[in-house]
Amino acid sequence: MDRLLHVSAGVSLLLLVMVLISVRRAHIRVEYSVTWLVAASAMLALSLARPVLEYIRHLLGLPDTPLAIFLLAGAVFLLVFFRFTLIISRLRDDNIALAQRVAILEYHLHTIARHES
Amino acid sequence: MTIEAPGPGSLLVIVPAYNEQGAVGDVVRELEQQVPGVPVLVIDDCSVDATVEVARAAGARILPLPHHLGLGGAVQAGYKLAFELGFEYVIRVDGDGQHDPRDIPRILDKLKESGAEMVIGARMDADRTRRMRTLGARFFRVVLRPILGKTVNDPTSGFVGVNRRALALFSASFPLEYPEIEALVVLQRRRFRFEEVPCHMRPRRTGRSSINGLKPLSYIVHVLLGVFVNILRYDGRWRRRLRLGRNSDSSAGGGG
Repeated sequence: MDRLLHVSAGVSLLLLVMVLISVRRAHIRVEYSVTWLVAASAMLALSLARPVLEYIRHLLGLPDTPLAIFLLAGAVFLLVFFRFTLIISRLRDDNIALAQRVAILEYHLHTIARHES
Repeated sequence: MTIEAPGPGSLLVIVPAYNEQGAVGDVVRELEQQVPGVPVLVIDDCSVDATVEVARAAGARILPLPHHLGLGGAVQAGYKLAFELGFEYVIRVDGDGQHDPRDIPRILDKLKESGAEMVIGARMDADRTRRMRTLGARFFRVVLRPILGKTVNDPTSGFVGVNRRALALFSASFPLEYPEIEALVVLQRRRFRFEEVPCHMRPRRTGRSSINGLKPLSYIVHVLLGVFVNILRYDGRWRRRLRLGRNSDSSAGGGG
């Protein structure tokens, strides 16, 4: 079980580093990196703080400690995906409105150009 | 070509088109023949073929979308422009040649006479060549009957005329993926009316429908979900209004 917690801590640490590098290279916007940083930090903390994990396992009535960490990881990532679905939906709506506005403005520009010529 | 500032009772015909180079030219020419003097606006949904050139050569005005938005996004762009330009009525005709422009005067007359916000050019004759479509229309007729409070014979028809009130509504809120059926529910939420006019539909001139293969199943799921979401939105507003009404009643009663 210790080995599993070490792997989990390593993966969390890797995720943290990857997110930080991506933010530094401006591949991820800071506002969207916060969710990943919080999720990865929480996973890292839980992997290292075994008594806390034992307490959660006991609280949830789970037979194994590794099951607790995977259940928590699943829940955290579901929340992250849900948040990103909200963001993608909003971006899609904004994108459609913007494309329509560009087309209408282009139409008006052509109209003005034709009137002037 | 440009669209001049329209007068009262003005009509614009919009033609959403995506890769319709084989049909859109004939559609535009036929429209100009059957409804002379009525401007025709082709909304090009970022076609990769010569749709724009063919439509322009036939005499249409073009609204070029910068990237592919899908049918609902294209139609809404046309509604937005028509609303901004001040048109009273807009009739949508598909770019594949299925809709007969000779039916346009009857749709326009119905819009003017009935005062309904939307008039659907409905396929009344059973189309044996497109059994899936007929089955789908029948299915949605049954589903929509209790929601709309009346029977709609052809809820999937894209041959649709709207007046300025509906234009204002659809400019702000219009279903994007499969707009025909959801638009009816959007109208119903506003207590707007729709009527139907029996029309003759022709087979597509070129290409094939975007709803083919396993897509009818996906279409049904998407539309049902869209209808359901629209009802939820309507119910939410209705409950809020009811709550506000109750609050104002209780405050008017002196909080007793």
